[in-house]
Amino acid sequence: MTGEAGAFGAPRVLAAKALDQLITLLAQDGYEVIGPTERDGAVVYDTVDGAADLPLGRLDEQEGGSYRLKSSRKAGYFHHVVGPHNWKRFLYPPHQVLFTAARRRGGFSITVPDAAPPKRAFVGVRACDLAAIQKQDTVFTGRDYKDPGYAARRAAALVVAVNCTRAGGTCFCASMGTGPQVGPGYDLVLTERLTGDRHEFLAQAGSQAGADLLDKLKGRAAKDDDVKAAEAAVTKASRSMGRTMVDGVETLLKENLEHPRWDEVARRCLYCANCTMVCPTCFCSNTQDETSLDGNEAQRVRTWNSCFSIEFSYIHGGAIRREGRSRYRQWITHKLAHWHDQFGSSGCTGCGRCITWCPVGIDITEEARAIAADKGRTKT
Amino acid sequence: MNTAIVDPMIPVPYQVRSFQKELSDTFTIELTPASGRRPFHFKPGQFNMLYAYGTGEVPISMSGDPADPSKVVHTIRAVGTVTDTLMALREGDNIGLRGPFGSSWPVEAAEGHDLIIVTGGIGLAPLRPAIYHVLKHRKKYGKVCIFYGARTPEDILFRKDLESWRGRFDMYADVTVDRGTGDWAGPVGVVTNLITRGRFDPHHTVAFVCGPEIMMRFSVQTLNGLGVTNDRIHVSMERNMKCAVGLCGFCQFGPTFVCKDGPVFRFDRIQKIFPVREL
Repeated sequence: MTGEAGAFGAPRVLAAKALDQLITLLAQDGYEVIGPTERDGAVVYDTVDGAADLPLGRLDEQEGGSYRLKSSRKAGYFHHVVGPHNWKRFLYPPHQVLFTAARRRGGFSITVPDAAPPKRAFVGVRACDLAAIQKQDTVFTGRDYKDPGYAARRAAALVVAVNCTRAGGTCFCASMGTGPQVGPGYDLVLTERLTGDRHEFLAQAGSQAGADLLDKLKGRAAKDDDVKAAEAAVTKASRSMGRTMVDGVETLLKENLEHPRWDEVARRCLYCANCTMVCPTCFCSNTQDETSLDGNEAQRVRTWNSCFSIEFSYIHGGAIRREGRSRYRQWITHKLAHWHDQFGSSGCTGCGRCITWCPVGIDITEEARAIAADKGRTKT
Repeated sequence: MNTAIVDPMIPVPYQVRSFQKELSDTFTIELTPASGRRPFHFKPGQFNMLYAYGTGEVPISMSGDPADPSKVVHTIRAVGTVTDTLMALREGDNIGLRGPFGSSWPVEAAEGHDLIIVTGGIGLAPLRPAIYHVLKHRKKYGKVCIFYGARTPEDILFRKDLESWRGRFDMYADVTVDRGTGDWAGPVGVVTNLITRGRFDPHHTVAFVCGPEIMMRFSVQTLNGLGVTNDRIHVSMERNMKCAVGLCGFCQFGPTFVCKDGPVFRFDRIQKIFPVREL
């Protein structure tokens, strides 16, 4: 979001109504457009046909274990932050058929479902969530073995990112270094501005596809003031973030695997796995086998799973992580510490979803801080 | 499957060429591709994912000779739904196979050293390919010792192999049992008792250890006590595995994925996390 012309052109200012046009253009280009839309009292990601499907004028109030939407005149299309959904449900679907096996004389044959992915445009990808997509890129395509389904869906996706100009109640992306300013990797990035009767977007292309869209949307060349105002709004969001992750959390957790805090958090945790389902980077999956009633066809299905489930660590004779403390410890140490060893970065983006959607409001930043405040203690 | 990108999650049909019962709950199957001839190369200690039609998939180590790529040999203990189904297999039946996966016993790095193998129960199966390899290249190693522990004499796996290894003059093999039933006249007690009997030079020894975690823990302690350092001890870990390629997350063990960073680990690389309960 600099005033300079980037590799794909200078920033432009678009009137608010250009959002509807953008969605139409994407649909005309053959994209299924996915964006934020209100359903069952929350902003979720689903197919949108136009700007009217977006939650204009709605704000989310979030705290540990609490999420409420309310109307506000100060709210444009994107002043809400992140809800219970994240983009992994489109790139790494919760239920995937790996193959179908058909029983034949003397054996069976295997058929792999057609993997041609839908062309999808994600509208409203926040900085934290673009970082999350990139973390999952590394998991699924950046190490020894590649997930070809993920790679194909990702290659077919177009990203319209949005800079946050408001911090949500549980956000801590600034301390994770992922936001609120969107980093590289978008096709187009928007910063929404709503002041008085002015409602517009500052738009900058990050790819040729983004530049082509911006050409069609026209608008006017951005002035220095437009760019500075947008930057100031993002900086303000960053400064107003109420939560931070403690420094040095990777080493902290690795050195406190027997800390009494694990027992303490285990007494509050319900092992419901909500945190792992709403987490935009959690990638663990189970495989299950489903057989037709006559037994002539069997499917192998890959489904999201969670380190909070008892089956997760099951080997013959029982689960490795029987106690709640071990399962919570697995989740947070993987996310904040061991992810560095495995994938070269933290697994946390600071989106705050695990805090908001925890039924008992367990706060990952608070748990890390509690250990930092009392480090070195071991269970007696 | 003619897709351009190979999906590591898709099994290939194999056919059971022979089924042999080993113990009351343990059996060995030999597999060849259901169609065509494809040599199967693997390294000792690696494993395959075996798919039983409609039931599920399990990680099973190869137990055959790594120098023979014409067939795939697995020795399996029936301890759950999938392995129970595999135990019902007979010659001619099909199963799905993908692999080989994982790290291997460093048989080449161990050349020039004394080699000791400490194992218990079904843990002998993933070590048998290493033993075959070492005996085929016997001159490249110093002393070779095998210490094996079973619950009872009836639970001794690969009894013929053990007897033949015990009969050789160029190696040492000893077996102990937890309970000496029948006419057992051999040692009774834990396998660590055997280690101290072996005549090897601890300062020039490489150890391969495979068995239950508790057995591996005490074996490492005993080896350390004799002077075998952790960088020369290798253990094979076991965790729940669904994908075998580092994508499903189930087999995580601290910073590692047992499926691709293991199952064989040099012990000094996991010594910090190994004793942590329920990690």
